[in-house]
Formats: sequence, C-alpha cells, structure tokens
Amino acid sequence: MAEAPVWSVLVLPVLLGVGAVAALVFDAALAARAAGRPVSASAALSAPLRAVVRLLITQRRTTAAADAVLWRTGVVLVPVLAVLAGSVLPLGGVAVSDLAVGVVWFNAMEILSWAAVWMVGWGPNAALSLVGGYRFVAQGLAYELPHMFALITAATGAGTLRVGGIVEAQSGLWFVVWMPVAFVVYLLSAMAMAFWGPFDAPLGHDLAGGAAGESSGVDRLVFLGGRWLLLVVAVAMAVPLFLGGGGGPWLPGWVWTVLKTAAVLGVVVWLGRRFPTVRMERFAEFAWVVLVPLTVLQALVVALVVLVR
Amino acid sequence: MVTVALFWLFAVGALVSGFLVFRLNSMARVTFALLASFVFVAAEVVLLGLAYLGVVIVLMMVMEMVIMAVFMVMYMMNPAGLMPMAMEHNKTGAAAISVGTFVVLAVGIVLVDWPQRAGMPPPDPTVALGEALMGPHMLTMMTLGVALFATIVATVVLATHRGRYDRWGDDLRVVRADEPVCGGIGR
Repeated sequence: MAEAPVWSVLVLPVLLGVGAVAALVFDAALAARAAGRPVSASAALSAPLRAVVRLLITQRRTTAAADAVLWRTGVVLVPVLAVLAGSVLPLGGVAVSDLAVGVVWFNAMEILSWAAVWMVGWGPNAALSLVGGYRFVAQGLAYELPHMFALITAATGAGTLRVGGIVEAQSGLWFVVWMPVAFVVYLLSAMAMAFWGPFDAPLGHDLAGGAAGESSGVDRLVFLGGRWLLLVVAVAMAVPLFLGGGGGPWLPGWVWTVLKTAAVLGVVVWLGRRFPTVRMERFAEFAWVVLVPLTVLQALVVALVVLVR
Repeated sequence: MVTVALFWLFAVGALVSGFLVFRLNSMARVTFALLASFVFVAAEVVLLGLAYLGVVIVLMMVMEMVIMAVFMVMYMMNPAGLMPMAMEHNKTGAAAISVGTFVVLAVGIVLVDWPQRAGMPPPDPTVALGEALMGPHMLTMMTLGVALFATIVATVVLATHRGRYDRWGDDLRVVRADEPVCGGIGR
C-alpha cells in the first residue's frame, strides 16, 4: 500500500468530517422517524448545520473553581485523537501514513479518549459530569480487552501490524468470514469507544448530560463533534480490518472503501438508535464473562489456522 | 537536523512536565503532567526507531494514568478531590531524589565511553526486539502470560468479599444467586 503525499494530512480531517456529517444526517432522519415526525430530506440535511450554528451562538457556561486547563485539553483532544487514529485508515490503496505498527498506533490514539473524556468530566468541578467521566473509564475497562483481542485477531490472521498488510492478506477471503466474532466484538467496542448508542451512559440523560453536561457553546461543539469523528474513525477501521479494505469487483478501491464504510456506519448508527443505554455494571459483567472468553477463543482459532497453514 | 530538533523538543518537554508533577497543586493535573512526561519519552523511543515500543508506551501509560487518576481522586481526603491540594508526602525528598537521579543518569550518559555501532539496524525492529527478548522461548512466554492472567483472576476471585457460597448458598444449590445488585448475566 502506498502512502499519500504530505498534503493529504489536510484532506483527512475534511474526509472524516464529511463522514461525520453524513452520519449525523442519517441519525437526524432516524430521530425524526422515532419521534413520529415526517422524515423530510431538507430537515435531516440541515440538522447538522442548525446544531453547529446553535452551539456557535450559545454563550459559554462557566462553573465555580473549574479546572479550565484540563477541561479545554480534554475537549480539544477528542477530535485531535480521532484524526490521529484516522491517519492509518486506507482509502483504496493509499493512507496518510501506513505505519509498520498501524494497528497499535490506532489503538493507542483511541485510548487517548479515556484521558480526554475523563478530563472533560473532571474539568467543570461538577458532580454529575465527574460521574460521566468515571462511567467512561469504567466502560473502557470493560470493552478495551475484547477490543484489543479483536484487533490482535485480525493482525494475527494477516501476520502483520501494518494496516495495508492486513488489507492485502484479505485479497482471497475477507476476515469477516472466518473471524465473525472478532468483527462483531470490534463493532460493539467501536461504538463503546465513541460512547455512542447503547454505550452512551457517560453522557446519560440520568446524569443531566454526564461528561458533556457542563460544556456549552464552542466547547460542546468541539467535544461532541469530535465524538462523531471518533465514531466514524472507529467504524471505518472495521473495513480494512475485516471487510477487505478497498477490495471488490469493477469499481476502484476508494469507491469500495467509501461504500463499505458508509454501509457499516449506517448499520452502527441505526443500531445505536435501536437499543437503549446499557448500565455500566451489566455491560462490565457481560464483557468479562462473555466477550473476553469469546474473543480469546476466536484469537485461538485464528492462531491455529495460521500455524497449520 | 529535524530529528535533533525533535529530540530536544521532546527531551525538554519530558523534563518540564516531569518537574511539574512536584509543582502543580491538583491531583488530576499532576497525573496528566506525569502522563505528558511519559508520552514525550515515548516520542523519544519512536525517534530511536523503535516505533512499536514507543506506541505501546503511549497505549499503556494513558490507560495506567487514567486509572491512577480515578483511584487517587477516589481515595483522597477531600470529597471527590475537587478541592485544590498539594502532594504533601515527602515532596521535597521526592523532588530531590528525582532531580538527583536525573543528574546522575545524564552525567553518566555523557561520561560513559559508548561502544561504536557494529552493523546496521534490522529492517524490522519490532521483530528483532521480539527475537532478542524471547528467542526460541516465545511459546513459553505466551504460556507464562496466560498463566499470569489466570493468577490475577484467581487472586481476585479468592480476595473478593462475596464468594460463591455467599451467592449460591451453603450447598451451592440456590436457584437464583443472592446478589446485592440486580441484573447481569444469569440473574
């Protein structure tokens, strides 16, 4: 796989932003349908714009004795880490950076969200937002191990940590076919990583918005926008890991990448709307008792296949 | 040239954020100052050509420091640790030891007569590192890793306040486990 020229560093955030806006539009349409309102294309299309404008003109809320340094750091870190993680995403045959340790890089950048969301929860010096930050870390401890095992399974199957290498290893057979458990667990943990869907307890309504509860105005825009970017990046990584990357007949590679990413993203956004928020302690138990053994077994099967082959 | 500039940037960053651990007055800021120091060190490791080690340091240290922040704040004297506080436990002593260790190591680096480089760096440092660490004992180490993991789980099971006899009754034949929290697997 080739590395894109240096200017692609500037293109990447734009592409990820387009993905995030597309996901937002779809989500707005789903929200309208769920609320029983007529689903109109214009309302759905303008939803992200309206949200952005509303947040831009909202006055910033201030709290007493806030830790502004950590708060702002956390807010800014979310979109930054999403873009950094996205730098190893291949679009067709090119990525901004095809690191030799791409999978580990991706996971390390994702993990920065732990620090970011905890800081956003800590910063305003408010109890409910702090509980939101704690929830994210508790959730992270539960999903990170299955997430790592899923990543390792794909890397083991390809025999490389290079994302381009993992895509090339799927030229014959997509990994999703013989590592379905890893694929499903990956998607679940990707949703949890972006605290989206059933895993949005850190921003829960029962906490008055949780970690983001005290953020308003531009802060809120950057934080929640970064969360959409993170969702897009985490979900898009499923394509090179398990769905053959840009592989497919007739169409060029980048079209296939976009199509597959859009399909998976659509499914994830839809699933996120379908399922209610899971409670932390239930998810923690499910992750440790069900997901970890399943992913270990999946990794074992893949390791045996690789050894025999 | 760029590499040298980056080296100094990361080195100064690591030192400054490491020293901030003694200067800042909030547990949360101290934790993330320490994390920043580790990340700068990880960047130095990447500069050395050991991308895998460097990225893994970032991965592990972020998790570790966030968990540390959570526990330190939990166990602090102030409610939820939301008040400003200082690290009171032997602050000057710890600062003296840290600065002293740094000076000794830095002087050592300058004074030691380092050997000349023999040969070239391997094409894949990650593989070379794995070979150098494990050699033919990779399988042993993997087994050891799983054994360690099993030990951790067993220790937690043994140390947990509510064992299976609390949950399932004296003869382990209760239909529903007696749990303080409802919901979850099999409840």
